[in-house]
Amino acid sequence: MSALEVSGLSVAYGPTEALRGVDLRVAEGETVCLLGANGAGKTTTLRALSGQVRPRAGSIRLDGAEITGMRPHRIAALGLIQVPEGRQVFAALTVAENLTLGAWTLRDPTEAARRRERVLARFPRLRERLGQAAGALSGGEQQMLAIGRALMAGPKLLLLDEPSMGLAPRIVEEIFAVIAELKADGVTLLLVEQNASAALEVSDRAYVLEHGRITLSGPAWKVASDPAVVAAYLGG
Amino acid sequence: MLPQQLVNGVLLGATYALFALGFTLMFGVLRVINLTYGFYFTAGAFVAWFVTRAGGGLWLALPAAALASGVIAVVVDALLLTRLRRARADELASLMVTLGAVLALYAALAALLGPDIRRLPPAVLGNEAISLDGVRVTQAQLLILGASVVLAGGLVWLVRFSRLGLAIRAVAENPDAAGLMGIDTARVAALVSFVSGTLAGAGGVLIGLAFNAIHPYMGEAMMLRGFVVVILGGLGDIFGALVAGLLLGVIEVLTAGYLASGLKEAVAFAILVLVLWTRPAGLFGRPVARRV
Repeated sequence: MSALEVSGLSVAYGPTEALRGVDLRVAEGETVCLLGANGAGKTTTLRALSGQVRPRAGSIRLDGAEITGMRPHRIAALGLIQVPEGRQVFAALTVAENLTLGAWTLRDPTEAARRRERVLARFPRLRERLGQAAGALSGGEQQMLAIGRALMAGPKLLLLDEPSMGLAPRIVEEIFAVIAELKADGVTLLLVEQNASAALEVSDRAYVLEHGRITLSGPAWKVASDPAVVAAYLGG
Repeated sequence: MLPQQLVNGVLLGATYALFALGFTLMFGVLRVINLTYGFYFTAGAFVAWFVTRAGGGLWLALPAAALASGVIAVVVDALLLTRLRRARADELASLMVTLGAVLALYAALAALLGPDIRRLPPAVLGNEAISLDGVRVTQAQLLILGASVVLAGGLVWLVRFSRLGLAIRAVAENPDAAGLMGIDTARVAALVSFVSGTLAGAGGVLIGLAFNAIHPYMGEAMMLRGFVVVILGGLGDIFGALVAGLLLGVIEVLTAGYLASGLKEAVAFAILVLVLWTRPAGLFGRPVARRV
């Protein structure tokens, strides 16, 4: 059974159609990336999955259960966790408070402490800054915090929206190393990225989104060698 | 003379601070300027009037008024502002909607109960006073001080130190991201409305007690002071509202005592204009996100 199964997903903002019948699935343990130009509908897809925009048509299933049209906090409680575009850490709150919020739906303090240890072991720099305001962290550290906060929820499916955006090349490499680690740990990932070559390298499968439609999908190596993809996204 | 004036000023200011706390919390978390807030103050005073008329003591009237005002605040907020929040309307939209609503609410209450001033039963007031070095403090004033300290302290504890307070601060900073954490932002909004309403209602009872005058439009005059306090303290700044409320109380009492009673509002608003000119972010000028 797929962790995520999306069929016929359509979203409109007023008269503007942002998604037109998108079909997408992510199997358990799989890493899938969603590529496309600016405005193709990548972020809209993720926002529809996490309940931030209401689909006009179509269905979204998480572990076989229908989640279409649910409000964001209900979807998060079911384990579909999004690391939003631009990180969106709570800048005025401390790093520790941000992590606590990540495990908001978890009512077991022992498990929360265990997850926090694992997150801090993965991102040692966060441990040094637990008491600092998240807004005082560098861009790369904030991205680590945003990912760490999401891992606190123990995600069944983790959505990453442009995790490398606005970061220096060296930091981007670090972020992709983290994504590869998460994949190796068996986390199910759906990745949206501008950096197509790095995204394809780390993914099992890929979808290409154009004007709100999926125009190409398949194993990442195959998509990476498609001439149209090379021309449009890989700078060939 | 001066020590007595200062004591009176601080006691009056404690009520202003209490009232402004709820208003500033509402703005800081829900990002709306909710003018119906003044009505919760009136409502609290009237509930206390009804309870004490029916023979209830102040120990019953104060919590009953606070709870009733809290419930009214939740209902009004849900009816008027849920749609605006969902549409991400700007602050002007909430200002206009709540301005219309509050005028309608005051008028309806005046039509229902009459516009005249009502007094609390004499037994409620407790006119005994304590004198210390020539400074006289009435029982009512002590109650005002005690209630203000307990409620303001409770609010600071809730927002700063409780688990719910963490959710409130998260929603204040970024409601979308808070939703992604699994926080039910609509429930947090309702909770914040409730807490704000209880503070306004309690303020209404205490001011009703201090001046022994309860009438439908009392919330309107208070709302103007509420604006002065939250702008002095910085919109959304809890600590700022506490300090600015006390300051305004002292300034009003000193103006009335040494200049002229009729001037106290003029002085309050002159200060407001001065602060807006020189320190538009309030006396403490902290960035909005750090205030709650």
